[in-house]
Formats: sequence, structure tokens, C-alpha cells
Amino acid sequence: MTTGFNTLLHTRWIWSFVAASVVWFITIMFTGGSSLVELTQVAFTFASFSIIVGLGQMFVITLGPGNIDLSIPATMTLSGTIVLKFVGGDASLIVPGFLIAIAIGVGVGLSNFTLIKLLRIPPIIATLAMSFIVQSAAIWTNRGLRIRPPQSLSDFAVGFTLGVPNLAWVALIVSVFGYILLEKSVFGRWVVAIGQNMRAARLAGVPVEGVRCATYVLCAVLAGVCGYFLASFSGGAALNMGQEYLLMSIAVVVIGGTSVAGGDSNVPGIWGASLFMFLVVSMLNTYGFDAGFRMIMTGVIIIGVIIAASSRTLRL
Amino acid sequence: MSGEPVIAIAGARKGFGAVKALDGVDFTVTPGECIGLVGHNGAGKSTLVNIINGGLNLDEGRISLSGGKPVNSYSIRVARTHGIRCVFQELSMCPNLSVVENVRIAHAGMKGFGWRSRARKVVSELLDVIFPDHGIDCRRAVGDLTIAQRQMVEIAIAFSSYNSTTSLVILDEPTSSLDASRAEQLIAYVKSFTGAGGAVIFISHILGEILDAASRIVVMRDGQVVSDKPSGEFTVNSLVQAMGSVAAASSERRATVVRSEGEKPVASFPRSRDAVEFKAYKGELVGLAGLSGQGQTQLIVDLYTSVSGDWKSRREPQAAFVAGDRLSDGVFPLWSILRNMTIAMLSEWRRFGLTDPAREAAFADGWHEKIGIRTKNLDNPILSLSGGNQQKALFARALGTSAPIVLMDDPMRGVDIGTKQDVYLMLREEADAGRTFIWYSTEMDEVCVCDRVYVFREGSIARELTGDAVTEENILAASFGERTS
Amino acid sequence: MKTLLSNDNLRILVPALSLVALLCAVFYLQPRTMSYMGLNLMFNLAVPIALATIAQMFILAVNDLDLSMGAFVSFSACVAATFLEQSPLIGILILAAAIGVYALIGVVIYLRNLPAIVVTLGMSFVWSGLAVLLLPSPGGAAPEWIRAIMTSRPPMVPMAIIASIIIAAVAHLIVMRSSFGVIMRGLGGNSRSVERSGWSIIRIRAMTYALAGLFAVMAGIVLVGLTTAADANIALRYTLLSIAGVILGGGEFVGGRVSPVGAVIGALTLTLAASFLSFLRISPDWQIGAQGAILIIVLAIRLILNRRERKEKRT
Repeated sequence: MTTGFNTLLHTRWIWSFVAASVVWFITIMFTGGSSLVELTQVAFTFASFSIIVGLGQMFVITLGPGNIDLSIPATMTLSGTIVLKFVGGDASLIVPGFLIAIAIGVGVGLSNFTLIKLLRIPPIIATLAMSFIVQSAAIWTNRGLRIRPPQSLSDFAVGFTLGVPNLAWVALIVSVFGYILLEKSVFGRWVVAIGQNMRAARLAGVPVEGVRCATYVLCAVLAGVCGYFLASFSGGAALNMGQEYLLMSIAVVVIGGTSVAGGDSNVPGIWGASLFMFLVVSMLNTYGFDAGFRMIMTGVIIIGVIIAASSRTLRL
Repeated sequence: MSGEPVIAIAGARKGFGAVKALDGVDFTVTPGECIGLVGHNGAGKSTLVNIINGGLNLDEGRISLSGGKPVNSYSIRVARTHGIRCVFQELSMCPNLSVVENVRIAHAGMKGFGWRSRARKVVSELLDVIFPDHGIDCRRAVGDLTIAQRQMVEIAIAFSSYNSTTSLVILDEPTSSLDASRAEQLIAYVKSFTGAGGAVIFISHILGEILDAASRIVVMRDGQVVSDKPSGEFTVNSLVQAMGSVAAASSERRATVVRSEGEKPVASFPRSRDAVEFKAYKGELVGLAGLSGQGQTQLIVDLYTSVSGDWKSRREPQAAFVAGDRLSDGVFPLWSILRNMTIAMLSEWRRFGLTDPAREAAFADGWHEKIGIRTKNLDNPILSLSGGNQQKALFARALGTSAPIVLMDDPMRGVDIGTKQDVYLMLREEADAGRTFIWYSTEMDEVCVCDRVYVFREGSIARELTGDAVTEENILAASFGERTS
Repeated sequence: MKTLLSNDNLRILVPALSLVALLCAVFYLQPRTMSYMGLNLMFNLAVPIALATIAQMFILAVNDLDLSMGAFVSFSACVAATFLEQSPLIGILILAAAIGVYALIGVVIYLRNLPAIVVTLGMSFVWSGLAVLLLPSPGGAAPEWIRAIMTSRPPMVPMAIIASIIIAAVAHLIVMRSSFGVIMRGLGGNSRSVERSGWSIIRIRAMTYALAGLFAVMAGIVLVGLTTAADANIALRYTLLSIAGVILGGGEFVGGRVSPVGAVIGALTLTLAASFLSFLRISPDWQIGAQGAILIIVLAIRLILNRRERKEKRT
């Protein structure tokens, strides 16, 4: 029993859960426990979005230093915009709409990787430039009325099952899939190998380019899926709906214990970190800190975690 | 000309893990001499030179400068202050800066207004002296120059001095990118430099140049100095003899296999720059020899990438690779020993895209025993193993696949003798069973047990030796010798 | 003649010619812009962008990337519109402290081997948060002196052009001609070599980041001089714009190859492109996308030119 506890203590992700619990506790204390259930449910709802995009970003970051996807917010927006326009309130088109969200992700992911591979553009710049094009596409598609999702989809997005928000169930399903992919599949093993030593991976028979391409596509697909659900939850696709998820996707990966140098990732940490990030914001809200402080805190926490997690100090 | 030695090293010992790179070396450089440093792979030349220029620290031994007392702490900075400069084989300039600007970086003291014209004067005057009609525009970025021009500039910057005297210049294969006439010009300048009181250490595999340029030749082998005489007392042949082992170790080579007339090679890699086409037959031990860095690794890597996929992985790999430079080409540092061993097999065991932990564990346990990795638990991190055992894990990774060809990139470098013996036996057995090994090695003993050897020189295959012709003498003769371009 | 057509000169020629071509296209579409007022209006906003581009160029020269540029410039703008206008001394102190923090970030990134992208992304939130605290809603006022400079009407040549030339000249002197500039770019080209020659990497990086911070602060002040008010989001798009400007001007992500004159030209081109797109009646929806597309096209052209260059060198 004690060895089990010891292993738990030494995982890279336990601290994100500890931190989340601490913040949760502090918030509850302020309100005297009256909002316990509500706070927890809301936390899980909003964390779900961060979790879904965080998983995608995690796979990309695992590929090694320099790999990052900055086009996630734009993909989310484009997906939400196009899908809702396509579905147009017609409940029978909900599932095809979901497929379209995936297709958008595939398109963006392939475009990202084409820029990276063919034009030899660093992933940061490729995805940044791509995000601008995708954002423009979203703006252009969105002209006119704000289209609402069909009632059934909207109800699903804001609803609960067994006391847990439906979106949290969705995030759970995606996480289980992500966990299996990372820990149990050959593909996941390959991604982690590339992140540790790309040359050694190639020389050990890993199809490096294929794996990288698939990873970028996976990340964009998850962004598309997240956009689908976010738009359904918010009752429509706003043009800035993805904005805060850029830093959020990176933050939950880093705070969750994944190494930014690549080759060392985990899925549970993303849950802990997503809950933590939301709870920090709501705690600051509850205690009356306004928007400016929230942003500063978010930035400081991320930088603090990175510095603390970096073990490779150079000699002075 | 003062008789005080520029630098004197006594009793130098330096080891890297199990390897004794320097095993008791005394080395002195006096002003006015050009010392030719000669030796095959692993002789200790690079290590000695890096000790002298301050890049490496001695394990044992004393360094004295200018005839003074032994120094306590020696570093690149101390070496530079004493006027010791080095021209490395790899580029050590900033390719984005111009020649003039690189001079500024090399000479920290060149401050103040108008430094550009001063720097240009320093370097272009020296270039004119060493390499007349060089045609190099010192305002161009170094990255835009040809390799020969870059080498000329590096040499000039090393010999340049500003508000300080350059007392010793180490030239490590300085003529490798220069043509014959430029090489002559360099040697002429070396002679005038030493004539004026400077000292030079000259490393080259072109023995004719060493005999011409050097006043004294030091031959190294296995980390020791085996010969130290004025250059007039050497000939090309006597140098080759001196580099070889005293007693030619009886090579336990396998019986030569008689091949049928039309037997096709399992691998062939024709390249226009090779003197002989590269081929490998089933069940052969093919050796790649020659001085290190002459293109052997590149051939192996190119061969591997030509039969393996960037986009799709084959269930049955055609080749497997054993890395020699573990950290950059082989080891996944964050993983366990088990995961490092099984990475190449994942494709073969794949079921519905998932890994097969049971088979992985069985494979790892099997090889744990078979190749004798010294550890209690294969889930320990790979870096907890000694270098030799890490190498064993890399061998298991490659040998465990079903690939008919195994490519080895000098995998025994720095590995203890016990590990080596274990692996040699295994390689022998597998070759007898029909597996083909393509083996780049910097150790003469290893190359000499191969059925066939390709000797590399100046970046490509220069000679092919078969059967009884595979001797140390032949390999040395083919690795060194006269200029070909 | 060979030096004239050297690769370094070619790198400037391409952006310069593109700018001229774009200018001609704009004049053709809208002849009224061919005037003092027209030029001034079109290039006004290029001045703060040019300053931010130079700042980004310093960071790119040492092989890093600053994703907080937009947030930092917005922050400086907010400080300029509030403290600098009301209590100049405190304003200067705050901005100096900000530059100090900037330099500190540059050193910490090196010492702890952190990825610059994530660190600067985190810092962007800090700077944005501080800006929001200063100005939760648009407001503030521009200090008189900067207002006077930015609305000045020098004879013959518009202020915007003069300012751009001065910025390019000063940056060129610092980066390409001075000893410091050489060492800094050397760090980007081959840091081991620079270190081995005895230079202190920490000092060089601190100085580089401090200079970048200085130029970014100036960008914020100048921006306020033009817009007279500020808010926390005023310059967020400067992040991509500054990167694009450096690249358009011939700079590269790694290797320490940057061009200050090119960077300013790149900034001018991007500003002009915005006007060009609106004259072409391209809907504003696509303006952002166009900037991304321009960056991609420029990089594609660069790749083709590099390939040809490498083939020539081999023969």
C-alpha cells in the first residue's frame, strides 16, 4: 500500500491535482461551502475544453523542442463557425456536422505540416501564419447572423449525466483514447521516441515524417472537435471564441508535467492542470481580483512551473 | 630564439570510461620547431591536441608553460593568453559574419573606433603572405566562401596576432580541403613561421606533407608515444611501420567463403566518387576502415535510410542499425532499458496498432541473458547502465530484429574488453548463420577479422581488400599515403 | 561587381524592389496618395511597427523568438498614455524597469535552457495583465512632446519617411557596424565559437534583450503619439507583424542573419500592404489572412533562392 502511495507521489502529474484541490478548497472557504457542487460542476465543464485541446497540443509538444501548434484557436473558431452554419439548427445534421469538424481539423493539420515539411518553415511560424489564414476564413464565413446550434445539441452541451457535465464525459472519452494512444499504441511510442532523439528514432526504423504529420493532424482534429462543442455550448460561434485557448493549451500541458523539451508526457496531468487553471481564475474572481490580475497570475504561474521543472541548469 | 619550451606536458594520462586515450605521454614543444603528429585512430592525437589547447583536462600529469612551474588550472582562455591557437577540422567561425568580423570575435582586444580597417589589414595582409593570389574578399560572409577559402581564412586567423604574440599554432588536417598548390604554400609559410621563432603542431594523414613540413615527427599508438625522431630519419614506409603494432596480432578470421559465380549481393551502393563499388554478400563480415571521419558513417547511414521508410514502417525491416555515437544516434535518454531495446521491434509485433507488452518483456529478458546486460531490472533508466552495457542494449535492439543486414557504426568505441569479446562471438555466430554485417570500426583488430574490407580515404572508398590481403599493413598503407587530388 | 551582387546585397534588393513595386501599384490604384499628405497617412503607422520589428530582430539575431512583442508594446503604450503623460519621472522609471525585466528574461532563458516561445508566451499574459490594470478601457492621453513630433510636417519629406530612415540608420549602426553588433550576431551564428574566444554569453544576451526592450518601449510611445489614446489590446497584432517584417527584410530564424534596413523595409511593406488590400476592395475579413499568406509566400521564395544558391556553391 505504501509503495503504491510512493509511486503516486512521484508521478509527474500528481502535483497538478494537489494544486487544483488546494485552490478549490480556498475558493470554497471564501463562500462558506455554499457553492461546492456548482463550482465543481462548472470547473469540470470549462476544464473540458482545455483538456481536449490540451491533449492535441501535448502530442505536438512531445515531438520535441520547437514543435508547437499555434493554430489551435483559429481552427476551433473555423470549425465552430462552419459547422453551425452547415447544421443550421437542423438536428438531423448533428452527426454530419461533427464529421465536418473533424474534416476541418484534417485540412488544417495537413496544411500545417505541408508548410513545415515542404517549405521548411519552423512549426511556430508555420502554425502562426496558418492561424491567420484560418482566422480570416472564419471571419469571412461568419458574416451576418449568429447561427444557433440545434436545441438537442445545445441541451447536450450544457446538460448533465449522473451529476457530471456531459462535456466532461466527452473530454473523458477523448482522454481515454488519448491515453491509449500515448501509452499503449505503437504510434504513441514512436512520438515519444522522436521527442527524445529524432535521429536515433529514424535509425531505429521509426517513420519519422509520417508520425509527425499524423501528430499535427491529430492536434488540429482535436481543436476542430473542441470548437464544435464550444460553439454548441456557447449557443453560437463567436470570432474570438478560441482566443484564450492558445496559452491555455500550452499551459495545461506544461503544468500537467509534460516536458517542453519533448519525449516525456502524460495524460492525467492535463486534467489536473485544466481544473487548476480554471479554479485559479475563479478563485481570483471570487476574491474580487479583476481581469488584469488574473492574466498576470496565469503568466507567472506558467513561467514559474517551467523554471521549476527545468532541471538542466547551465553552468555559470 | 629562446630555448624555453612553449608548452611541456609530463606524464599525461586521460581516460574516457574504459578507454585510455592518453596512457603516460611526455610532450614538449620548443620555439622554432614544427612537430608532425602521426597515428591511426585511437592513437591519442586528438586528445593530446585538445589537452594542449585547453579544451580537455588531464586526469594525471603536469602542464608547464614557457618553462615556468606547472600550472594549476589550464583552460582555453589560459591557452589563448599564452599564444596557443588551434585550427580544428570542423568549422569554428561564424558563417553569418564576414571574415573581418570573425577576426574581431577572435581578438577581443581589438576595440575602439576604426577596428574594421585594422582587422581587415591584419587578416588580408596575412592571407597575402600565406596564400598569395587567394582572391578572398574579406568583406564577404564566411558562409558564402568555398570550403577551401574558409579553411584558408581559419588558418590565417589562427596565425594572426594582435597586441600579443602567437607562439604555437596547432593545425589539425589543415590541408584536407586545399588543393596541392595551396598545401605547398601553407607548408612554406609554416617553415618561415617556425624560422622566425614560432612553433607548429601539424597533423595530417598525407605523410608526404608531414615529412616535408615537420622538423620532428612524433608517432603515437594506443595513447602512447612510440617514436619521436627528427623527420629526416623517417620515410613514408617507416612511418607506416611505426604506426602499426609490433606483433601483428593473429587475426582469427573465418575461413574464406567461396562464392558462386552469379551470386547477387544482398546490398550494393554504387557511388561515383568511390574507387571501388560497395557490395555486401550474404553472411559476410564487411569492414569499413580508414581514418575516422572519412565518410564511413555517412555510407552506413545513407544505406540504412535508403532501405527504411520516412513515412511508413515495414513489418519486416531490411536493415538494422547499431549506433556508435550513443548519445546522438542511439540512446533514448528518458526511457528504460527495456524500451530502448524493443523500439525497433514494435512494428513487427503490432496488433491493431497496439504494443504487445508481454512479447516485449519476453524479448528483453531473452536478450538480457543472451548478451549479458549487467542490471537487475530492465525497467531501470538506460542511463543507469555503464557505457558498455548501454552498447549491449543497442546491439540487442538491432540483432533482435529479423533484418538480414546489420549496419554498425563503430559500436565498440569506448567499450570494455569483456563486452567486446562477448559481442564478437555473437557476431560470428550470426554471420555463420547467414546474417550480413557491415562494420565500420576504428579499431584495427576488429577490421582485421572481417572477410572483406573497404578502406576509406579523403571521403570515399579508396581500396578493397579481400581475404588474406586484409592486414594492418595494407589498411594503413591505404589510409595514409600521397595526395590524390 | 561581384560584391555588388553579393548575397547580402541581394537580400536587401528583393524587399526594396517589392516595396517600390507595391508603392507603384498603390499609386496606380489611388493617384491621390501620390502626395505629401497621402504618403504621410499611409506610412504613419509604419513607424511604431518598424520600431517593434527592430526589437524582434534583436531577439531573432540570437536565435530566439519573442511572442510577447505585441503585449509588451501595448503595455508601453498604456504606460506612455498614463504615467508618462501625467508624471513623466515615474513613467520613465516604470519603462526602465520593464526593459530591465526584459533583459532578465533573456538571461534566464539561457541559464535554465528554457524554450523562448513558452516563456515569452507566458510573459505576454503578464504584460497584458499589467496593461489591463493600467487602462481597463481605452483612455489616457499622449504626452505633448511625442504628439508634437509625430504630427510634425517637415518640408519636402513626410515625417513618417524621415523617422523610418533614422530608425533604419541607427539600427544599422548598432547591429551591423559596431563591435557589439558583431558579437551579438556571432552568438546567433556559432555561439560555441564566440564563447571559446572568451566573450560572456550572459552579458551579450542581457544587452541584446535590453536593446530589444528599448526599441519596443519606443514603439509604444510613438504609437500613442499617433493614436493619442491607448488600450491594452492596441498593439497585439504587432507580434506577427514584427516577425513578418524581419523575415520579409531578409532575416532568418536561426543563424544570426538579420538585416536592420531590411527589417524597416519589411515593416513599411506590411503597412503598405494593408492600404493596398483595402484599395483593392478586398474585404477586411481577409486582411489578417493576407498577412499570414504574405509571410508564407516570402518564405517559399526564400527557400527556392536558397536552394539555387546552394546548388551554385557546390559546382
